[in-house]
Amino acid sequence: MGALAPEIWVAVRLTIELAALTTLLLLVLGTPLAWWLARSGAWWKELVAAVVALPLVLPPTVLGFYLLVALGPSGPGGLIAGFWGERTLAFTFEGLVIGSVLYSMPFVVQPIRNAFEAVGERPLEVAATLRASPARAFWTVAVPLARPGFLTAAVLGFAHTVGEFGVVLMIGGNIPGETKVLSVAIYDYVELMQWREANILAGGMVVFALTVILAMTMIERRMARPGA
Amino acid sequence: MRLRTSLAAAFGLLAAILAGGPASAGQTKIAVAANFTDAANEIATAFKAKTGHEAVLSFGSSGQLYTQITQAAPFEIFLSADAARPKKAVEEGFAVAESRFTYAIGKLVLWSKDGALVTGEATLKDGKFAKLAIADPKAAPYGAAAIETMQALGVHDQIQPKLVQGSSITQTYQFIDTGNAELGFVALAQVVGQDAGSRWLVPQELYAPIKQDAVLLKTGAENEAAGAFLAFLKSPEALAIIERYGYAHGDQS
Repeated sequence: MGALAPEIWVAVRLTIELAALTTLLLLVLGTPLAWWLARSGAWWKELVAAVVALPLVLPPTVLGFYLLVALGPSGPGGLIAGFWGERTLAFTFEGLVIGSVLYSMPFVVQPIRNAFEAVGERPLEVAATLRASPARAFWTVAVPLARPGFLTAAVLGFAHTVGEFGVVLMIGGNIPGETKVLSVAIYDYVELMQWREANILAGGMVVFALTVILAMTMIERRMARPGA
Repeated sequence: MRLRTSLAAAFGLLAAILAGGPASAGQTKIAVAANFTDAANEIATAFKAKTGHEAVLSFGSSGQLYTQITQAAPFEIFLSADAARPKKAVEEGFAVAESRFTYAIGKLVLWSKDGALVTGEATLKDGKFAKLAIADPKAAPYGAAAIETMQALGVHDQIQPKLVQGSSITQTYQFIDTGNAELGFVALAQVVGQDAGSRWLVPQELYAPIKQDAVLLKTGAENEAAGAFLAFLKSPEALAIIERYGYAHGDQS
């Protein structure tokens, strides 16, 4: 492995940073959203859920295309970038984070929502009769009970961001250390017929994906065990 | 009844498609370098009108298409954006040696949607822009030519941090067209039809000529339609289209 080009390690590191930051943001943003989806009686909540789920069905090119326009100088991204004197959020790490948050959102929101729904009304009602404030009931009852959902969400959100390709290719501009993530690096190696590098990276991804899926199964098993 | 008429028309069309055109008409699958997209579409239309054969076009960067060809993609003709890959295709036994020829010579242009930004090589030297888009120099010849040009002008190192790469020349154009990059190096063929924006046709002495070679792949050696397409590509009719899209052709260089 020592003979691997340093650029590969740059890509590996970048990918991990992107996935970690995206997962963190998604947990912060996704939890209130999932809570609302699980408990609200609003008639239009399923519409919101459907919008969140869109990236599951849409090809990444659709999201990539909209993002390319939205991040650019004539969209909101260009407006934001203007604050620090840039013209666009495309071709930046920040731009990739925005894209990844949208793209991986259903993988985080859905498991958390399911977990909250599984907790149900009853434990929270009990907490209320014990004079716990809603906020306290949320943190000390609902969140701990929904823990498997959070774990699943974090693992899936991270893994799905690592596996992202189409969106990154379309808005990234292939800049080493900034937007050239692993999946794009593999694409490049294949295109240049550097099979050895492509093989090593692709093999690594397979091992990673397998580990993730196994870990998920273990988490679910352990959580399902009574008393855990 | 309108509906009934249009239904009948639709079924008629369907029947025509299923039955195919004239009995002799064939089909050939062609891998086309992204910069040649518009010209190739027009040539395919003219080809169909003239011979009845259908050319089915697939677009991509030359590197991407070549990789697919080595992995037994069903293409029968390869219109590359360079001379090296068709040559390699022959050497590695994927293509028919004597079929190789230069169908077009590409021109590199520095282009911006901003009507005042590109004035000439001074634009590169002043460097008053945040992002300059090029095609991946390793996979796309127009990207390599862009690097050569910047090196010849001695501005490459200063522009390097501002470079963004499209995976093909089409994507590079997209980056500029959406305004995400203010300017970039694209193929003249991509901007030849538009008057808006500003451009600088890069002088030929700054980069090696982008000879775009075509080659018949072994998969198409027996296909009459494939042979007919290559012949058509050399015809005055096709050459006129190629020239109109901003390329020089083989005999002009």
